[in-house]
Amino acid sequence: MRKFAALLVILALVVAFAPTVSQTQAQGKVKLVIESWRNDDTVLWEDVIIPAFNAHYPDIEVTFVAPPPAEYNAALNAKLEGGTAGDLITCRPFDLSLDLFNKGYLLSLNDLPGIEHFGDVARSAWITDDGSDVFCVPMASVIHGFMYNVDIFEELALEVPETEAEFFEALQTIKDAGYIPLAMGTHDLWEAATMGYQNIGPTYWKGEEGRLGLINGTVGYNEDGFLEAFKVLARWAPFLPDGYQATTYSDAQNLFTVLEEAAIYPTGSWEIGVFGLMNPDLNMSAFKPPVVNEGDTCYISDHVDIAMGVNAASPHKEEALKFLEWMTTQEFAQIYSDALPGFFSLSDHELTLENPVAQEFISWRGQCETTIRSSYQILSRGEPNNENDLWLYSAEVLNGTLSPEEAANKVQEGLANWYEPQMNR
Amino acid sequence: MNPARHVHNKQRFPFHILVFLAPAVIIYTLFMTYPLVDSLRLSLYTSDQYGNETFIGLDNYRKLMTDPLWEPRLKGAILNNIEFFAIHMFVQNPIGLLLAALLSSPFIRGRAIYRTLIFTPTVLSVVLIGFIWSIILSPLWGISGDFLTSIGLEQYAKKPWLGLESTALPTLSLVSVWQWVGIPMMLFLAALIAIPDELIEAARVDGATAWGVFWRIKFPLILPTVGIVGVLTFVGNFNAFDLIYTTQKVNAGPNFSTDILGTFFYRTFFGQQLQPGNPTMGATIAGVMFLIILAGVLLYMFGWQRRVAQVEL
Repeated sequence: MRKFAALLVILALVVAFAPTVSQTQAQGKVKLVIESWRNDDTVLWEDVIIPAFNAHYPDIEVTFVAPPPAEYNAALNAKLEGGTAGDLITCRPFDLSLDLFNKGYLLSLNDLPGIEHFGDVARSAWITDDGSDVFCVPMASVIHGFMYNVDIFEELALEVPETEAEFFEALQTIKDAGYIPLAMGTHDLWEAATMGYQNIGPTYWKGEEGRLGLINGTVGYNEDGFLEAFKVLARWAPFLPDGYQATTYSDAQNLFTVLEEAAIYPTGSWEIGVFGLMNPDLNMSAFKPPVVNEGDTCYISDHVDIAMGVNAASPHKEEALKFLEWMTTQEFAQIYSDALPGFFSLSDHELTLENPVAQEFISWRGQCETTIRSSYQILSRGEPNNENDLWLYSAEVLNGTLSPEEAANKVQEGLANWYEPQMNR
Repeated sequence: MNPARHVHNKQRFPFHILVFLAPAVIIYTLFMTYPLVDSLRLSLYTSDQYGNETFIGLDNYRKLMTDPLWEPRLKGAILNNIEFFAIHMFVQNPIGLLLAALLSSPFIRGRAIYRTLIFTPTVLSVVLIGFIWSIILSPLWGISGDFLTSIGLEQYAKKPWLGLESTALPTLSLVSVWQWVGIPMMLFLAALIAIPDELIEAARVDGATAWGVFWRIKFPLILPTVGIVGVLTFVGNFNAFDLIYTTQKVNAGPNFSTDILGTFFYRTFFGQQLQPGNPTMGATIAGVMFLIILAGVLLYMFGWQRRVAQVEL
């Protein structure tokens, strides 16, 4: 018995001292943890971006941690509250990050060397309302559009549709040929709003003009372009896959890439890299949201999407700031844009893109007026949350359980419930 | 009895009782009672955008029950939860009882194999179950379609079971029944096996049929287990969350038709996409869940457990 007790004591000592031993071994190296929702990018961060950073700072070890995207906000909030979050925090645009900054979880980055490479539009999503503090380094925007299967288009002798009429004509041709015209489902809700409504919408509400109109209270979701976008979206329903109500995001991705059963995938540029991995042989390209009449100005959603900030409670703030400083350089912008085709740098550095599909997306910046998603700035601050309402009611429009007018009224009601400028419309 | 000795006994404090109670009391207080009380406390506060908490009494509960934004969600979640519970109570538990009755019969061969197979899903992760079933039920490539076609039900083959407001909740309830039916089966089986053979033999000698033996001898003797299974189902279902979250995600779609109290709580407490979490309202929903479960358990204790005759066998 005594021997056993002695053994236990020794074991306990070993266990107690083990961490100290490994800590001393790692002395001189600082470990930084990046919190992100981009779990699709884990490999690229580990193999390309972090090694490039380490070429300059070999003593800073960086780890990339990404839970499933839908859980990111919840998990991050819980970790920040519990004091267990990583040193570098990937920032969602607008209020979610503003909320973190207001609660004191993020450092102000006004004095970060290199922050001057980001213009007002790039900063707009990560700045306090009075413009006094920038709290995340803008990384990238994503552009909405439609990807299509070039082989199917050639087989059916289809031209890339430029107008709304040509678009629906093409959908009919594809359907008649036995392919799925649009690979999208409504089960996960967000695609209906993000890849549907916000994709084609700017064309109808004239981009920034409509978006700022909503914020200033001069136009509502149940009128003009905003209602029209719901009406056009409703016409997609017959061209979605069978059982689209239970088709998930990844189902739709597989229909388009791996199975090549679908001809068009309503999307954002962030899919380019993922699709390249899912099916490297897929012959795909992209076209921009069709305009109503030939020759009309085109509008695209060029949405500020992702940035990075420093956890104010990090024990290694100095090193974390060094990482952010490196993120403002030309080198990072080029590496990031090439490693993650479809995420377009927001810095003012000159870049050329290797990926042809990414190059196609970014070329629209020169041809069309750009805007961001209508619900992201200010309008998702109250309850009900405008973005969530758009998810819910866009999906119901496609499911046929609400008419476009009913859905538009519901979204407007929700906004007018708390947003002063919309209350008396 | 010696009176002096009696006094002596009274003076000595029974320390051994403390020692025996300590582990359970400490662990329960630390990990169950304290978080529960603190969560109830949190439901009486509200917090501003900087995270400062202010006491507002029962205002959160009033808001949850009357506000036009919150009330329909709460009502929807409670009604869905009742449906979810009802399907378990009236499908899972009778099937569990039937399986137990069959498996307790000495005339069925391979009972151990059936028992193991039926019990296996309960030890699998709910995430796994949710994932497997959403693939089985997928209208695009699920095998449920092929199966339905093979038995002549082509019209249902491509039905999006998890995507329609009318079918999503019953479908998920049945998936959950499929997973958990092993638990009531085992509890019923244990109770049935404990019934002494003499009672059954005596009934047989008196001319009772198998049907008569089950309903007049066995069933009354396992009534306490029926109660326990009922209350376990109730508590489990009103705390349920994982299956819905895994298959339908945090918005419990379509149009909140699969939203139960657990998903409603999660969405509110932790937030979603652009909606920041609201811990105080979340705690309020947790408070409502606690009250509902408390009411159910009290009803069971005073309405059932104390009335059912416990027979010593």
